[in-house]
Amino acid sequence: MDMNRRKFLKIGGAVALGLSIAPAGKVLAGVKGNYAPNPEALKAKNWAMVIDMKKLEPDVEACIAACHKEHNVPDIGNKKEEVKWIWTDDFNHLFPDEAHERLGEKYGKKQFLALCNHCENPACVRVCPTKATFKSKDGIVMMDFHRCVGCRYCMAACPYGARSFNFKDPRPYIKEINPKYPTRTMGVPEKCNFCAERLAKGLLPACVEASKNGGIIFGDLDDPNSEVNKVLNSEFTIQRRVSLGTKPKVFYIV
Amino acid sequence: MYNSRNIIIGLIIFAGIFTFPFILNAVTASGAPEPSLDTPEINALSAKECILDTDYMTSNHMELLADWKIAVVRDGNRIFVTDDGREFEMSLQNTCLECHSNKADFCDACHNYAKVEPNCWDCHVGPEVLK
Amino acid sequence: MLEKALIKESNRKFWVWILSLLVVIGIAFLAYIGQLREGLTVTGMSRDISWGLYIGQLTFFVGVAASAVMLVLPYYLHNVKEFGRITVVGEFLAIAAVIMCMLFVVVDMGMPMRVLNVFLHPTPNSPLFWDATVLTGYLLLNLFIGWNVLEAESKGVHPPKWVKVLIYISIPWAVSIHTVTAFLYSGLPSRHYWLTALIAPKFLASAFATGPALLILICYLLKKIANFDAGKKAIDKLALIVTYALIITLFMIGVEFFTAFYSQVPGHMAALKYLFVGYHGHAQFVPLMWIFVVLSVVAVALLIPRKTRENEKTLIIACAAVFFAMFIEKGLTFTIGGLSENPFGGITEYIPGVSEIIICFGIWAIGLLVLSLLYKIVVSVKRETDFANGLYNSQETLKHS
Repeated sequence: MDMNRRKFLKIGGAVALGLSIAPAGKVLAGVKGNYAPNPEALKAKNWAMVIDMKKLEPDVEACIAACHKEHNVPDIGNKKEEVKWIWTDDFNHLFPDEAHERLGEKYGKKQFLALCNHCENPACVRVCPTKATFKSKDGIVMMDFHRCVGCRYCMAACPYGARSFNFKDPRPYIKEINPKYPTRTMGVPEKCNFCAERLAKGLLPACVEASKNGGIIFGDLDDPNSEVNKVLNSEFTIQRRVSLGTKPKVFYIV
Repeated sequence: MYNSRNIIIGLIIFAGIFTFPFILNAVTASGAPEPSLDTPEINALSAKECILDTDYMTSNHMELLADWKIAVVRDGNRIFVTDDGREFEMSLQNTCLECHSNKADFCDACHNYAKVEPNCWDCHVGPEVLK
Repeated sequence: MLEKALIKESNRKFWVWILSLLVVIGIAFLAYIGQLREGLTVTGMSRDISWGLYIGQLTFFVGVAASAVMLVLPYYLHNVKEFGRITVVGEFLAIAAVIMCMLFVVVDMGMPMRVLNVFLHPTPNSPLFWDATVLTGYLLLNLFIGWNVLEAESKGVHPPKWVKVLIYISIPWAVSIHTVTAFLYSGLPSRHYWLTALIAPKFLASAFATGPALLILICYLLKKIANFDAGKKAIDKLALIVTYALIITLFMIGVEFFTAFYSQVPGHMAALKYLFVGYHGHAQFVPLMWIFVVLSVVAVALLIPRKTRENEKTLIIACAAVFFAMFIEKGLTFTIGGLSENPFGGITEYIPGVSEIIICFGIWAIGLLVLSLLYKIVVSVKRETDFANGLYNSQETLKHS
């Protein structure tokens, strides 16, 4: 065979390419078995939450503790790198549009529960460059920690300060690791997931379960007969920063 | 050939450097470890079979887990149904490690031998973390 | 042509310079390894100030990269012959700047090993996806254009026709890279300082001041150390571009003050107050902002009168003032200022970490390294062609041989 240099390089290249893509055949063969939702799962088209601060007051700390324990949320111990899924803050801070300068301390400094609003029109989902943050079909703003590149664009976009970033390895800061739930790795942000993992097993979110007096009502916003809609129709409720058009799904009875 | 001595010495050094990892492995490597199946959970099983056949699991468990992640996190499908109808919760931490509770002798033994460092365990909690 | 970057000339200073850049890069690389191990905790960023020096620098250097269009457009569309000698200088500056931008994006990531996810899972609704895409495209465009034009010049032939097509594409493309960078900021609800349609035009205007100012400084430097003369007419034209672009930039920064303080909407005033006079007892950036103001005033005062604009000494001062003023406004305080008031009405301060600063120096060193090697090629090609055209001053040759 007449083998000049050009031909040799061509054939060599083709062989190298073949060898390097051959293993892909195995992957493309696909995974055996089928996937199905858990039949016991709680189902909804659009999960939402109403927080009744009056009823919740005695259970607030228990709610926060239950959530953070369940999800292995670390206690970093400094405000700059703090990680939190659910927390309390002053009315003034959480509802800047409703608070006014003359609002007395009694209401201005009243503590309210804050968490991810699982917006219907979430800014964080809009900006994520990899769809690592996305909206699930039951209306939860979810995070795919495996895909996230850690650009923190979602943190700049969120008007509710709901997102925390793992500036360092969180594991040493978790007092007692819940073996049933993963921790996070350094380099990704995290936030409340409306307990998607519990809903899938037919359980209500940890904070809802911990609010023994019924201070947190959880249900389907798209179901007119849901508990959430009943409360929204009968009580006066407000939301955080409505004017931004994010359509939050956490409502507050003041 | 000009400079044949230098060229040949150079070639030998080149070949030596490039085959060094193979030579080193040939000298130092021990045989491939056999992942241990000796856990109380597996011993208690009547039929000692994994969710899929061993061959498939050995070579494809990483793709399976990656697919599980997509199914669970992105599609909300959390149950794995095998072709013969058995059902499992898709969870590395809660399903795989339940039987394979000996992570050190099962997962790590092979991964260490093959010098792969899967980042699964950065987040998913292995038994060594809980001690 | 590549060999021209490596040919060992009698110029020892050049190689000392390259070596010192490599040393800086090496130290920064070690710092980056540290950041990979420890996490972004080594930076000054926090839950509130989630973007800091890295993204600020990215923004600034996208502007430097886009500014090459200020040479390409007049030369190719309006036949401004004076820029003929230096368009490639601008294009190569763009290459170095884009490389820096990409590095700033990567070092800012919490999970840099997954950077390709941006392309594996393309998300057209994210400006960051578009930023990565247009920056990559712009790098390739400038590599192809700069290289082919210079190679043709060194061979004494006209560049191939398809290069012309790429050049026409590169003009709107340059505008797009900075527009997309502006869109990173200007579409976020509740970040009042950024939530204005003026960001993109302001970015472009400030880029067209900063880039040409830097080019003027580079031209003077090349004249001094490499005996490469851009030509007085080209410098004068560039200085005029800097003047107009600077005034437009300052105008746009100024009108933001009117909107904020005449409307008296607290959210709009917060960041401006924080940056220029202090807010809620926090005044971290106030000195820096006033340095920006002083530099801007000095630059405007030196650039408007023709006498000082066309005088080498005063022009150099003016250009340096423009560069550092914009470096402060766009490369440091724009990003941080927009995040300083957190969603709960509190102010968070930001002090960059030591590693963070070292890593930034490393990326600048990489940019300078790329630039030095590319300009070495440019200078040797131009010297050859000048010689062939009989333009070369034989005395100069003797002096530098």
